[in-house]
Amino acid sequence: MKLTLRIWRQASPEAKGKMQKYVLDDVEPDMSFLEMLDVLNEKLVIDGKDPVSFDHDCREGICGSCGMVINGNAHGPQQYTTTCQLHMRHFDDGDTIDIEPWRAKAFPVVKDLVVDRSALDEIIKSGGYISVNTGSAPEAHAIPVDKVSADDAFDAATCIGCGACVAACPNGSSMLFTAAKVTHLGLLPQGQPERQTRAINMLARQDELDFGGCTNVGACHEVCPKGIPLASIAQLNHDVLGATLTGARSD
Amino acid sequence: MSELQQEPTAVQGEGRYVLGDPIADTRAPDSPIADRWSDRKFSARLVNPANRRKMSVIVVGTGLAGAAAAATLGEAGYHVKSFCYQDSPRRAHSIAAQGGINAAKNYRYDGDSIHRLFYDTVKGGDFRSRESNVHRLAEVSLNIIDQCVAQGVPFAREYSGLLDTRSFGGTQVSRTFYARGQTGQQLLLGAYQALERQVHAGTVEVHPRTEMLDLIVVDGKARGIVTRNLFTGQLDTHLADVVILCSGGYGNVYYLSTNAKGSNVTAAWRAHKRGALFANPCYTQIHPTCIPVSGEYQSKLTLMSESLRNDGRVWVPKERGDDRDPNDIPEDERDYYLERQYPAFGNLVPRDIASRAAKNMCDAEHGVGPSGLGVYLDFKDAIARLGRPAVEAKYGNLFEMYERITGDDPYETPMRIYPAIHYTMGGLWVDYDLRSTIPGLFVGGEANFSDHGANRLGASALMQGLSDGYFVLPTTVADYLADAPFDEVPEDHPAVQEAVESTRARIDKLLSANGHRTVDSFHRELGQLVWDQCGMARSKEGLEKALDRIPSLREEFWRDVKIVGTGDGFNQSLEKAGRVADFMELAELMCIDALHREESCGGHFRVESQTEDGEAQRDDENFAYVAAWEYAGDNQRPVLHKEDLEFSYVHPTQRSYK
Amino acid sequence: MVITPQRNIVSRTWGTSVGKKTVIATTGAVFLLYVIAHMLGNLKVFFGIEAFDAYAQHLREIGEAIFGYEGVLWLLRVVLLTSLVLHMWAAFSLWYKAKKARPIGYQHRQRWEGSYAARTMRWGGVIIFLFLVWHILDLTTGTVNPLGGDESAYLKLVASFDRWYVSLFYILAVVALGFHIRHGLWSAIQTFGANSALKQNALKTFAFVVAAVITIGFAIVPLSVMFGLVR
Ligand SMILES: Cc1cc2nc3c(=O)[nH]c(=O)nc-3n(C[C@H](O)[C@H](O)[C@H](O)COP(=O)(O)OP(=O)(O)OC[C@H]3O[C@@H](n4cnc5c(N)ncnc54)[C@H](O)[C@@H]3O)c2cc1C
Ligand code: HEM
Ligand code: HEM
Ligand code: SF4
Ligand code: F3S
Ligand code: FES
Repeated sequence: MKLTLRIWRQASPEAKGKMQKYVLDDVEPDMSFLEMLDVLNEKLVIDGKDPVSFDHDCREGICGSCGMVINGNAHGPQQYTTTCQLHMRHFDDGDTIDIEPWRAKAFPVVKDLVVDRSALDEIIKSGGYISVNTGSAPEAHAIPVDKVSADDAFDAATCIGCGACVAACPNGSSMLFTAAKVTHLGLLPQGQPERQTRAINMLARQDELDFGGCTNVGACHEVCPKGIPLASIAQLNHDVLGATLTGARSD
Repeated sequence: MSELQQEPTAVQGEGRYVLGDPIADTRAPDSPIADRWSDRKFSARLVNPANRRKMSVIVVGTGLAGAAAAATLGEAGYHVKSFCYQDSPRRAHSIAAQGGINAAKNYRYDGDSIHRLFYDTVKGGDFRSRESNVHRLAEVSLNIIDQCVAQGVPFAREYSGLLDTRSFGGTQVSRTFYARGQTGQQLLLGAYQALERQVHAGTVEVHPRTEMLDLIVVDGKARGIVTRNLFTGQLDTHLADVVILCSGGYGNVYYLSTNAKGSNVTAAWRAHKRGALFANPCYTQIHPTCIPVSGEYQSKLTLMSESLRNDGRVWVPKERGDDRDPNDIPEDERDYYLERQYPAFGNLVPRDIASRAAKNMCDAEHGVGPSGLGVYLDFKDAIARLGRPAVEAKYGNLFEMYERITGDDPYETPMRIYPAIHYTMGGLWVDYDLRSTIPGLFVGGEANFSDHGANRLGASALMQGLSDGYFVLPTTVADYLADAPFDEVPEDHPAVQEAVESTRARIDKLLSANGHRTVDSFHRELGQLVWDQCGMARSKEGLEKALDRIPSLREEFWRDVKIVGTGDGFNQSLEKAGRVADFMELAELMCIDALHREESCGGHFRVESQTEDGEAQRDDENFAYVAAWEYAGDNQRPVLHKEDLEFSYVHPTQRSYK
Repeated sequence: MVITPQRNIVSRTWGTSVGKKTVIATTGAVFLLYVIAHMLGNLKVFFGIEAFDAYAQHLREIGEAIFGYEGVLWLLRVVLLTSLVLHMWAAFSLWYKAKKARPIGYQHRQRWEGSYAARTMRWGGVIIFLFLVWHILDLTTGTVNPLGGDESAYLKLVASFDRWYVSLFYILAVVALGFHIRHGLWSAIQTFGANSALKQNALKTFAFVVAAVITIGFAIVPLSVMFGLVR
């Protein structure tokens, strides 16, 4: 397979970036997208050129490191698939592929396709947990959880923190990410005591960072590799409004 | 066995190492095994809460072990600095674990108990682990589940609302707790959230995208680390009263493995070079059901859950080199070799046995797929017996993952699988308290030589990581810190300066080679060599061959590697190069260890040591010890220290799965 | 945990992005109710000039005993106008935040995800607003109506729609309104936190049906005039 790649190259956070064209003529359909980039990089290094930086680690679709916007789609054309799990058989010989980093003010470009997503950690830090110290937990079977809540909580808990939702949202909002955590913990009995404060604190932090506000567009859900349900955003709204109406306090 | 032996005479690999003094684990109390951990906890000294703030702890790694330790020490009030090379602590390699986590809760009332988990783990480790440690692990397993549930880890539940368990890796009891096929992810997120909570509370500082490149040892004590900020390339020193390494396993020495691409031995290897002993490096675990390599460009191997063997049947064509479409091969021309060789366990034999059997088939040219390195895992009978919907309900997501990667539909054509490196039982030597041989350096998780002996049971690594992180380290580190804070180490202390300068020199050397080959090409070559000679089966001849090649490959690497760019910024090739350089050194030690251990045990299969029917043959007489290696200097022969293993509660037997 | 004095509900809500979204949804709901009532009222044109004008007259006389002539109507106008200001204010402020959140756009145009209705909410809203201005000048004040302000509502309406381009404009506007409601109604339910994975599809269908009924209910009037059914 022969492909033309147009890749965003940016040497450093301050540098001005641009799309750079490369031609690869020995791409195999069984390669993963990242392996295709590995092949390009091997060539670039041999030619003494700077290889393309991109984030990756597990290459199994679970760590959330990888992520690039491929022809305008966060994580590429295949649904429920991270970039590392995307394979070249979904492209055709002769295709031109545009590859860009996540674009959001909250995710400044570090180099080429690598962005700094620490803003997502900031959101978790502001309340995305259950406050239980090690060793103070009750016996596990003391807290039964009905299966429906357990399953719904799980669906939300599968978020891998990749940030594709932010990349795709026309508002640059991290709402799906935040909502996934609020929903995961808020549906479980263990998460009840902090449910409202968690929701307002995490939302407040998200608003403070450089993310946009959600207006229910739904693009986030469509690109989310884990298919986090859009209804988790309703859950967040619900908890925030509930907290507001009942006058919950936040810190 | 325990008296001092001077020269390794009449030992294979003679001349490749020097025998040193034996060592002993001096920390485990002498009480009956079931009391040891509580006795140790009681004897551990405590630190006044008001003083904890003044004591600083470095934790390298944010996997299950590291994140759990950092969070717990933070909760206790110590000043903790946590490091990882990923852009967020949540992405540590533990995230990828699929199957589950063991705990002796006995919720099924199927005869499980702490003692049984202890027994199974010692036996599963092929009698090469420490009884005291394993017993503690089994005890603590109960608390782990409680802790994780309280944190909101969404373990699978039954309709009653109570926790579900399954049996895993051939155990007869159902003690594995799981969260769909994402147990590691959910456990890690729990630990990560606990960690972020402490960041919020101000007790923990997280340094993501920061790689530890050296250990700072001052006056014989571990007092800090040298790090490189991967964003800016800046080298920094971080000083503390104690350093804890939870930096994971070294499976990536093989280049292709199921580990995350960035997994590395650097932190552990640097500590080794600063004086910490490295134990049992040749104990590596091979997982039998991975997706086979599809081409030269292959960058990583993907594990398919072991549970597939519950219903899938493994076979190869009877005829050599038969490249017909599998569906065209009639039943009587198929060799269901596991069922044939191991009628009692059939397709469910343990990992090492299943892996080796597949290798034997492929070596005998019965392998399938383009490379000939693969065997079929066939669900046709299961689909006929259970119906497609049932198979889909059980394995749907795994089949989907397989199809995504290979483009083949397992409902129609049998899956192709092949073994792959998955886990490393070896690691830095630690005593019962998880102290390495450098005072002030503790090691947890896969990075230590751990509790798994020569073979790890499925679902036990997560248990060990969390046991170390949440429960063991916080107790034993506090005991150590009872003497702290130690004298302040000035930034310009010669030991600090030396560590920084040598790190800088190494980076400069890598950058200035400016040769002709990429880092990956060296890594691939090294990996292939180690896989061929120190992989599923090892022979004296092969290991000698590898040992002859590794030093020259290493020399070539330093001379001919090509890294574009500078060290003053984000440079992924440079990061890789540093890791590969360490793998090059580790590989040699692995082969020496494998060569010296003239027995087969667990994941270490020496072709010279097998029973008549080709099974692993242990040699308890001569090898019932932990091999802890001391670094003796560049190009010096390593020194072997033996720690004898005693089995007072579980008596060694030969494993048999016929 | 530090306990901070509680801020009052309004300022707390107003402050967050979800708060603004709630303002849009609440005012949107007011519009929706008004629009449904208005649509039903409009359908009286099919009962002839007397019925329609009587209805227009009646509008001004409801509650006259308490609120005076046109009292309720003015009350309604005040509510609607306030809602409009709040609705637009909140929508524009989120729009502004969104602009800041992505200062550098994509080179390859994003294959827009989300439905067409969802991503045209803002421009759709602007179109509806411009339409409203015209509409009030046309049928309420009569400023841009061929018959001027003081004629019968029915006649003004027929006169206005007799110009095909005006009819077309009205139809386009109500189609835009349909899109706005199709996404907006679902969106409001989501904003109020009443969506769930289970109900998701049912709610989307519900919003679609409501939007379709409203669009047709409005569009039928100018269409009938154009095709001579109403004279
Ligand atoms: C595919 C797969 C499936 C598995 N499934 C199971 C299972 O079902 N059950 C089970 O029990 N076990 C399973 N295992 C094994 C288990 O996941 C690991 O053994 C365990 O998670 C290791 O945890 P850890 O905390 O020791 O290290 P890791 O999770 O590997 O974390 C290492 C940490 O160290 C950091 N680090 C490394 N080097 C440096 C450095 N130089 N500087 C700074 N930071 C550094 C990394 O950033 C990372 O944060 C599986 C393993 C794999 C590969
Ligand atoms: C400049 C004018 C307008 C703009 C920019 C605008 C923008 C928006 C936006 C962005 C939403 C979605 C908010 C969300 O999903 O949370 C919305 C919702 C809505 N709008 Fe508008 N709008 C405008 C005018 C109008 C007008 C004039 C009407 C009345 C006919 C109207 C009726 C609605 C309704 C019913 C909703 C649904 C409530 C909701 O989605 O929360 N809008 N509007
Ligand atoms: C196409 C079909 C429509 C017709 C035939 C129509 C008809 C009318 C008429 C006849 C009036 C004047 C009533 C009076 O003053 O007595 C009016 C007023 C008004 N209409 Fe419409 N309308 C239509 C669509 C809309 C739409 C889509 C909206 C909202 C988005 C709307 C909003 C209004 C408003 C706000 C007033 C002013 C009410 C007042 O303050 O007196 N109309 N309309
Ligand atoms: S919600 Fe989905 S897209 Fe967003 S970070 Fe989580 S997994 Fe990625
Ligand atoms: S795309 Fe954006 S607007 Fe909301 S629903 Fe998703 S975050
Ligand atoms: S590399 Fe881990 S999700 Fe893609």
